[in-house]
Amino acid sequence: MWEQIRSNRIRSVFLVAGMGILLLALGYFLGYLFTGDPVPGIIIAVIVWAIMNLVAYFQGDSILLSVSGARKINRDDHPRLYNIVEEMKIASGLPKMPDIYIIDDPSPNAFATGRSPDKASIAVTSGLLEKMNRDELQGVIGHEVSHIKNRDVMLMSLAGVILGTVVILAWYASRMLFFSGMAGSRRSSRSGGGGGGQIIILAVGIILMILAPIAAQLLYYAVSRKREYLADASSALYTRYPEGLASALEKIAANTQPVKTANRATAPMYIVNPLRGEGMAASDLTSTHPPISKRVKILRSMAGASYADYEKAYQKISGGSVMPASALAGTTGFVAVREASAAKEPAAEATDRIQRTRETSNLMWRMGNYRTVHCQCGANLRVPASFRESTVRCPRCGRLNQVG
Amino acid sequence: MIWLWVILGIIVLLVLIFIAIYNSLVGLRNQVKNAWAQIDVQLKRRYDLIPNLVETVKGYKIHERETLEAVTKARNVAAGAASAGAGERSKLEGELSSALARLLVVVEQYPDLKANQNFLALQEELTSTENKISFSRQYYNDSVLNYNNKIQMFPSNIVAGMGGFKAGEFFEVTAPGEKQAPKVSFS
Repeated sequence: MWEQIRSNRIRSVFLVAGMGILLLALGYFLGYLFTGDPVPGIIIAVIVWAIMNLVAYFQGDSILLSVSGARKINRDDHPRLYNIVEEMKIASGLPKMPDIYIIDDPSPNAFATGRSPDKASIAVTSGLLEKMNRDELQGVIGHEVSHIKNRDVMLMSLAGVILGTVVILAWYASRMLFFSGMAGSRRSSRSGGGGGGQIIILAVGIILMILAPIAAQLLYYAVSRKREYLADASSALYTRYPEGLASALEKIAANTQPVKTANRATAPMYIVNPLRGEGMAASDLTSTHPPISKRVKILRSMAGASYADYEKAYQKISGGSVMPASALAGTTGFVAVREASAAKEPAAEATDRIQRTRETSNLMWRMGNYRTVHCQCGANLRVPASFRESTVRCPRCGRLNQVG
Repeated sequence: MIWLWVILGIIVLLVLIFIAIYNSLVGLRNQVKNAWAQIDVQLKRRYDLIPNLVETVKGYKIHERETLEAVTKARNVAAGAASAGAGERSKLEGELSSALARLLVVVEQYPDLKANQNFLALQEELTSTENKISFSRQYYNDSVLNYNNKIQMFPSNIVAGMGGFKAGEFFEVTAPGEKQAPKVSFS
């Protein structure tokens, strides 16, 4: 049950290989189009791809984290988050504790990154910490940890890099074709005779140039969606509590603000597409994530917490199958769902929520290097690091307070 | 002549298969040991937290001496049996868990205590430690299941028999009321 999910990996390798072939084909035709020889095109395509891969492998996670404005925290900054990540690390049998990062953004979301289970990071937004109770946060973290455990991060960055290369090549080629279009046609007319074959190649090249980025994107989305279902199933198995993730997804869906620092390149990394609500028409084919309502429905109709239960629920909701055979093999016996640990009554949930919001905002102030001065009247004054005076007057009661 | 080569080839293949199965069995056994060590770490952590919790609760003059004593006693018994087998330990740990759960139900009636920052932090630690114990038990039992399956299934059972691999013991929950992780949420 805990073994690497192999057949799914093989299928994903095929998808990535398909994208690679697309890249080579694009290089081939572009080379032919511009120089009359396919070799330089292929060489350029491979070089661009190799460089991007190296960068993604060694620097990908730090680039992603810094682009997202994520900041690393340690245990004392947020004990609950740290504990939950550690719980999920234990449940999934990860070899090492992932680093934890926080993004200052009111929109609840999270992602995982890192090239291997030994070197992985999980980033959550401050909005997530405010809105989720313990069970829900655990569900979300379980989802992210399973991305690390199943090595999805590695696969997605591999696929993402090929996608990026195809897009870049096609973009430059189309610009070059646009500006040097006259020269190209003059040359082909001068070479005369063998025009028929060349025109076909030219046509194929142009079509490929237009279609390759779209095809690569569709393949990328296909890989991505499958992985989301698998991560949902793993989260349910690790936490033994599918309802936690289901209600977390609902809360995330209820929020329509996009994550400010997310863009189309980083979007597939998040637990829920962070760019929703920007008026993008997200059809099934072009979305990186399955529809949330469907994910919630599947989680809610699980009878137990095993992969087999997820598979059964998936079949009931949308037909077909989603879990790879290797994940279902070896799952013998019933995996029971545990009880909720967080408060259920609305009143308790409300006080919980106030506490969480306060806790999170304190953390964000602290991370922004603000000092907190407690005034006798009960007000908490936030003093920025650049504040030079030694005392500060409380705006509520007028007392002078020492800073520092 | 060719038959000799074929037979030799088959023997080499069998040896390679034997080695592969043997190594995967060792890997699984190590995973079980590792998972057991994880449980141990978390159980120790709970032993360390309990005196702290008892002190904090005592500070609030809660007159439930019996409950407090039961927790301390269960802790000391469980900590004393740290080298016992999985079966014995799971019984003692189950008793400790239910004693703790009873204490936390009692504490529920003291709003002052529940508002104490120190206690809240302690409560989060305890909740998380209980979770970590049950998650590491979950992982341990799954590892044992995996390992035992491999030992009993053909053809790895032959290798297991020759290599002296013994089936692992599950960490079952025996004490009543410990079927689920005990409720330590106060809110």
